[in-house]
Amino acid sequence: MQYIIEAENLRKRFGDVVAVDGVSFRVVPGECFGILGPNGAGKTSTIRMIYGFSPMTGGHLKVFGLDIQGELRAIKSRIGVCQQENTLDPDLTVQQNLEVFARYFDIPKNEAREKARELLQFIALDHRKNAKVTELSGGMMRRLVLARSLINDPELLILDEPTTGLDPQSRHQVWERLEELRSKGLSILLTTHYMDEASRLCDRLIIMDHGRILVQGKPLELIREHVGYDVIEVAGPNSKLRAYVQSRGLEHEDLGHRLIVYGQEGDTLFRTLSNQYCREGCTLRMATLEDVFLKLTGRELRE
Amino acid sequence: MNGIISISLSKRFLRVWQRNLTVYQRIWKISFIPPLLEPLFYLLAFGVGLSALVGSILYHDREVSYINFIAPALIAINIMYNAFFENTYASFVRMYYQKTFDGMMATPLFIEEIIAGEIIWGGTKSVIATAIMMGVISFFGLIHYPHGLLLLPLAFLGGIAFGSIGMFFTAIVPSIETFNLPIFLFVTPMFLFSGTFFPIENLPLWAQKLAILLPLTHLVKLTRSFSFGLIGAELLWNFTYLLTFCLIFFPLALFKMHHRLIK
Repeated sequence: MQYIIEAENLRKRFGDVVAVDGVSFRVVPGECFGILGPNGAGKTSTIRMIYGFSPMTGGHLKVFGLDIQGELRAIKSRIGVCQQENTLDPDLTVQQNLEVFARYFDIPKNEAREKARELLQFIALDHRKNAKVTELSGGMMRRLVLARSLINDPELLILDEPTTGLDPQSRHQVWERLEELRSKGLSILLTTHYMDEASRLCDRLIIMDHGRILVQGKPLELIREHVGYDVIEVAGPNSKLRAYVQSRGLEHEDLGHRLIVYGQEGDTLFRTLSNQYCREGCTLRMATLEDVFLKLTGRELRE
Repeated sequence: MNGIISISLSKRFLRVWQRNLTVYQRIWKISFIPPLLEPLFYLLAFGVGLSALVGSILYHDREVSYINFIAPALIAINIMYNAFFENTYASFVRMYYQKTFDGMMATPLFIEEIIAGEIIWGGTKSVIATAIMMGVISFFGLIHYPHGLLLLPLAFLGGIAFGSIGMFFTAIVPSIETFNLPIFLFVTPMFLFSGTFFPIENLPLWAQKLAILLPLTHLVKLTRSFSFGLIGAELLWNFTYLLTFCLIFFPLALFKMHHRLIK
């Protein structure tokens, strides 16, 4: 089996700070693989090593079966990258951004022009091709970054928080484009801290914290394994309810002003709780990836 | 680390150079004006206004008019300014504010190629500015041809020298305001004391020795000799100085930039 990415015991240190501390994972062709984690978990540091932006401190890393140490240029020419920061060229127009970028990949002029036309259509920006980048909205810029990362027909697309800071309409636009690319068989590596984004796009994912992998698996399986099917949230729980939850040995999390009960019983438990302990402020919902995430990485602020 | 730097530099730096050319083509109408007007202003102020006071100057046993004396120095100053400002302020903006280099690093390009492309673009801007200035100055009959044509390749060499040291500063300054320091301590003294507006022989001996260390002194000597059509073996020393300057600061700029950006 030829893996798209094979990372083994990947490590990255900045001075005394260990950003990535022994991370191992494999990405198979055609899958969308997610790296999740709170701020400072080591997501960006991990993917920067993969696209050759920063050299690794230790471990082994192969992309397309090629060793990153010796064949970085070959690897770099076969991947597309959407960086977290806006790196669009403000000195150039929308179309020039694509064409100039194509030159960095040694794509011949005519081919680049044709490809740029295609991509501008794909991201619905063909009507703005002569606009300056600075005139575009945030959503348009992100779509243009996406288009630019596809200029070399990459075999692997790396996205570092592709929808951070976008309005809901723009996020859905980007997601639809990404789903289209995935359905065509493009392998995607994605970092995000939006759980809905990860659930929707990722076939498999890892959750990282403090430079290490906490869990690895398919979104739904992770939810089942770590949270269950349902979650009952109680706002302003009273002591009787707490006592009941404890006596039944239900898996729960007590946040003081809020009690969260994870479980498999769903409706029955919810009816019991809401009838007997909390007429108001008690909600039953499906378990999500966010529950897994918060359960594993905790609820303290990361700054 | 050294191995990485040596293999990372291929002719792909041309792609970066081309990017800057594409931008230049968008804004050439504005970029064109300073090298066109600046020599005119200087020639008017110094050549017409000041030469009435100065009269003529003795240069290498020849009597030359003051306007003739400073015209080649204006070219040298322009070579310095174009490359130095391109590879300080303009490169810093691309690196720090526009993240242009970050974007490029997500392509087959390596940082050494990006920086080499930037410096060679700086040299190219010096050549463009020199060509425009030569047009203006030749109009007043102040350049001796065909020797004067040597000014173009010289502009490239001088541009690489000043671009390299500019890029070296770009790699080490913490913020864009810090460029004031090398400009105040390095560029401005050169502008004044490199045999530009008066022969360095007029300086006290200790100052002359200092002036010899400045790269602009050697560039001015060469532009003046080429403009006067005085080609001699002694120019080899000035040429060697500039070349050595490039050979030190070009790799140093690449190395320091690698150090700054590759974390």
